[in-house]
Amino acid sequence: MSLIHAQNLAKSYRVGDLEVPALKGIDFVIEPSSFVAFVGPSGSGKSTLLNLVGCLDHPTSGKLTVLDTDVAALNRSASAEFRGRHIGFIFQDFNLIPVLTAYENIEYPLVMVQNWPAAQRHDRVMSLLDAVGMADQAGKRPDQLSGGQKQRVAVARALVANSKLVLADEPTANLDHDTAYRIIELMRKMRDEFGTTFVFSTHDAKIMREAEVTFTLEDGRFITNPPSHHD
Amino acid sequence: MIKILKIAARNLLRYRRRTLLTSLLVVIGVVAVLLFVAITGSFKTMMVGQITDSMLGHMQVHRRGYVASIESLPLNLNMPPQLAAKVKEALDANPGIAAYAPRVKFGAMFSNFTETTSVRVNGIDPDAEVKVTPLLPARQQDGERGGPLVKPGEMLVPVLVARGLQVKAGDTVVLIATNKDGSVNGKTFVIRGTLESATGPGGRDGYIHIDDARELLRMAQPEVSEFAVSVKNPDRVDRVHAALNGVLAEVKNKQGQPALEVHPWQRLTPFANIANMIDILTLAIKVMLVSIVLVAIMNVMVMAVYERIREIGTISAIGTPPRRILALFLGEGLLLGVAGTLIGVAVSLGAIYALNLSKFTYSFGQQQGLLLAPTIGAGDVITIAAMVIGVAIIASLHPAWKASRMDPITALRHV
Repeated sequence: MSLIHAQNLAKSYRVGDLEVPALKGIDFVIEPSSFVAFVGPSGSGKSTLLNLVGCLDHPTSGKLTVLDTDVAALNRSASAEFRGRHIGFIFQDFNLIPVLTAYENIEYPLVMVQNWPAAQRHDRVMSLLDAVGMADQAGKRPDQLSGGQKQRVAVARALVANSKLVLADEPTANLDHDTAYRIIELMRKMRDEFGTTFVFSTHDAKIMREAEVTFTLEDGRFITNPPSHHD
Repeated sequence: MIKILKIAARNLLRYRRRTLLTSLLVVIGVVAVLLFVAITGSFKTMMVGQITDSMLGHMQVHRRGYVASIESLPLNLNMPPQLAAKVKEALDANPGIAAYAPRVKFGAMFSNFTETTSVRVNGIDPDAEVKVTPLLPARQQDGERGGPLVKPGEMLVPVLVARGLQVKAGDTVVLIATNKDGSVNGKTFVIRGTLESATGPGGRDGYIHIDDARELLRMAQPEVSEFAVSVKNPDRVDRVHAALNGVLAEVKNKQGQPALEVHPWQRLTPFANIANMIDILTLAIKVMLVSIVLVAIMNVMVMAVYERIREIGTISAIGTPPRRILALFLGEGLLLGVAGTLIGVAVSLGAIYALNLSKFTYSFGQQQGLLLAPTIGAGDVITIAAMVIGVAIIASLHPAWKASRMDPITALRHV
């Protein structure tokens, strides 16, 4: 059973009187536990596609199913609940909460989104800190961490609530190449360890090669659409 | 909820100076209101106490129409003994009443045998009177003190009249009064002492024994002009008044109308308007406090939301329910309000304590050296604290609501 299934998915934005298409009827399937990249030049529709898959936006037309849920039908609250329950996010600018420590940033979804009991929260956060190699930095705030460390914390935060799917929009764009590579390696390791599907966007040719499945977008359409081969 | 408040507290500490300034505004507002309430409350309590406990009592019972023509002190509107007995019966039966005193009031000419002036005379039962107006003996400035307030044959003369006619304690004077049927009678009195006015210059109320008053007015039977009444709890005057009024309304005159009227002190003195003015000023100060808190906290919360749009986008994207985002920002407003209130209350209580230690005095009417003793009840503190905290939450509501409704994509793109 596929994790994500898009059929004739389209999204357009209204700019004044103009209707600007961002995605022009695309079809794709992403299987569970895949390591997928959406690649393409700036403005090709990568971020729009990630926003739709991440239930942050609604398609203009077409069908999009994530974890057997028609996400286009979800209202604002249901979308938030669905994201909180099933989807983790990693951002280009890390987007950690500056007043919280690394530990608390990772703990945040368990407190504010899922209401985990304190004891279970602690065990889960510590295991994730270990997994991303940040156990010794748990008490530091984001402004005391390097870019790579921040993104490690962000990876842990995306995984902490047992997300089935992690979406990363240009997760390495603000990192040097070595650090970027290590973050991608970390994401793959997490996929292997937890079975979580990772979908990330990038326009970095070296990074896109690390993906097991690549969808290349240009002008709102896939120009290559290789079959999922995570098997 | 504790976690939300913890995060809210850290967010506030992120902008220490702004938080400090906003809290300071709230503190200043709370201190201003609490001090104002404490000082004006003390002044109002003293003023009302002076008027009720040295002159009026908390309530008065009169025959119907008496108060409307009180300037002429109409003798034909005195209560005959049967009516007075019904009043006593009703007063005795009311558990809220502490004491009552019958009075016979009339206008008279006061003479030192060479000069004459008009006075208002109160014929009183001294034992009953001091129970209703316990501060009355303190108004006596000179002459014999202790024992009954006045004995038969004695008079307490208003100080301004005594000065004007150059009489003093121990002097003999004469009161001349017209009785109910128009005949004139006179009686000599020895001045027991002079009495300062409770209401400032112009007070012309003298006191004699009630038996002397009845004798001077040649009453065939012991009539009463009014009953002055004190209640056990002055804060419940209205309740006692309503109950007494209800009972006495059953006593009808020949026309089938209520024969009696019960008036609380507020209806008997213009000083009630000052008390009302104090209440209005207190309300105005409270409205100013609400405005200060509202503007200060709304401003800081609007800034907080504007500066953290990307952060709001992040927490929204990772699935934080809108109600939690709302709670997070409401929590910040709540903490600002609570911190400002707690510090403000502490500073105010300290200032009130210091004012009491300083023994600050002031004058009211003829009363000199009255001690300013500001006090504030727990009820007032709780009300004002709840008001500030409530307004802090209300002020945060709109910015918090905006944050909770923010589109995550737009928020994440915000630069």
